[in-house]
Amino acid sequence: MTDTRKPVEDILTDYDIFDPEFIKDPYSAFSEIRESGCPIAHTERYEGSWLPTRYDDVVAIAQEYETFTSQSILVLPPIPGQNEGQYGGVKAPPISSDPPEHHWHRRLILPVFAPQAVAKYEQGTKDLCNSLIDEFIDKGTADVAGDYAQHIPVRVIATLLGVPLEMESDFTAWVRAALENITDVEGRKWARQNIIQFFLAQVEDRKNNPRENDFISELMNTEVEGKKVPLDYVLGVCNLMLVAGVDTTWSAIGSCMWHMAQHPEHRKALRDNPELWPTAIEELLRVYAPVTMARVLSKDAEFQGCPMKAGDRVLMAFPAANRDPRQFENPDEVILDREHNRHVAFGSGIHRCAGSNLARLEVRVALQTFLERIPEFELVNPDDVTWAGGQVHGPRRCMVKF
Amino acid sequence: MRVSVDSGSCHGHQMCAIAAPEVFGSDELGNATVLIAGDIPVELQAKARRAEANCPERAIIITE
Ligand code: HEM
Ligand code: SF4
Repeated sequence: MTDTRKPVEDILTDYDIFDPEFIKDPYSAFSEIRESGCPIAHTERYEGSWLPTRYDDVVAIAQEYETFTSQSILVLPPIPGQNEGQYGGVKAPPISSDPPEHHWHRRLILPVFAPQAVAKYEQGTKDLCNSLIDEFIDKGTADVAGDYAQHIPVRVIATLLGVPLEMESDFTAWVRAALENITDVEGRKWARQNIIQFFLAQVEDRKNNPRENDFISELMNTEVEGKKVPLDYVLGVCNLMLVAGVDTTWSAIGSCMWHMAQHPEHRKALRDNPELWPTAIEELLRVYAPVTMARVLSKDAEFQGCPMKAGDRVLMAFPAANRDPRQFENPDEVILDREHNRHVAFGSGIHRCAGSNLARLEVRVALQTFLERIPEFELVNPDDVTWAGGQVHGPRRCMVKF
Repeated sequence: MRVSVDSGSCHGHQMCAIAAPEVFGSDELGNATVLIAGDIPVELQAKARRAEANCPERAIIITE
């Protein structure tokens, strides 16, 4: 396919987050915008958006949920007609909800993701990582993005939801179409239809064959103010679990593996000082924050001198915020025991990632298990690594040898 | 030194518990709880400060 993209003239007024150059290295673009006279860039592409790059600005917008709403959180405009028809009301609560509903939408799922609740997935995740490593350890090479990282979060989420693990490749295809290859509108429609139909069938099945201890059943049986939660909510939450829990974490694990392949000194530091792990994971999440979300203005507002209008889209560039030198010393450097790290890889404010404790567990177990079994490895060819970007940033093919 | 958490601003990042697991824990929703009522022992004070410096919501209040 030939790329019909118009070349970017001026990053401050014409950025393109789907430009292959931007996807490969968004950080130098963020830095150029951040250090310019105008740290909030604007583009007319994709129906227009604003791009704040300073930590304080991104956090301030995340906190101001009345002006900056979550009506539409994709970095591209919604699909026309998406909210019509029988399942038009299915969104992605709580990420797509605003207060006051947001409160109960979020409240209901939080207990599932508290640190003490996610601890039970540790052993299963470790077993899964080991079985993936068994597949390639004798070959001496592996694609740590495609053969390793990719398979971990999707199976953990499928287990949590109580849906068939054998459908892993369908889930992955839907999630990539919904969140990754989002410039393809037909693909997004296809993914949305498949996801809704799939969870609808799962709900029907549970009505006829009640089960215990699975997330979907618990959700179906939850009551709010004496009434069962609506079907649209159940389908919406399931939709979000799949879409938010898979591509994001896979990207984070992949970027961490890419980093470790190039930094034997960090592998050694973690081997010699295992107590570094908790801060190391936070630091890697800071530097390789995979997720950018969006907000839509509810009213006209001037923000830092930018004349924003009702309906405008603002990209919440958490990866840019996490590398702002005003907030982090030597922001581009990975410092495994960084002292001050108020990173916002998981967002900030009321929508702060509900699944962060599970995500951290998966990233840590994936790295620890790999480094234990394959302590020394390196990239086969740094130029051969491919990346996804835009909404979610991470490697999609990353060959290592050992 | 005493620590408290402003429950209105805490959104459960759990970065406090990662920095100072002896001082901060989590309730059933994943929001922070303070595990030490009263004075923080001297040997945990540096960790408590580190927790404060890692909370993205600035929800931790340290009083000396
Ligand atoms: C490293 C992996 C992950 C990253 C970087 C990440 C990042 C984020 C970010 C930045 C937000 C905020 C969205 C916004 O402000 O609009 C968010 C929200 C959310 N994430 Fe994650 N996420 C990850 C993994 C997960 C996992 C594994 C799950 C669950 C299985 C999950 C579930 C959620 C939910 C439910 C929300 C919405 C919370 C709300 O709106 O109240 N995430 N995530
Ligand atoms: S780091 Fe801050 S926001 Fe997060 S749980 Fe601790 S006190 Fe709450």
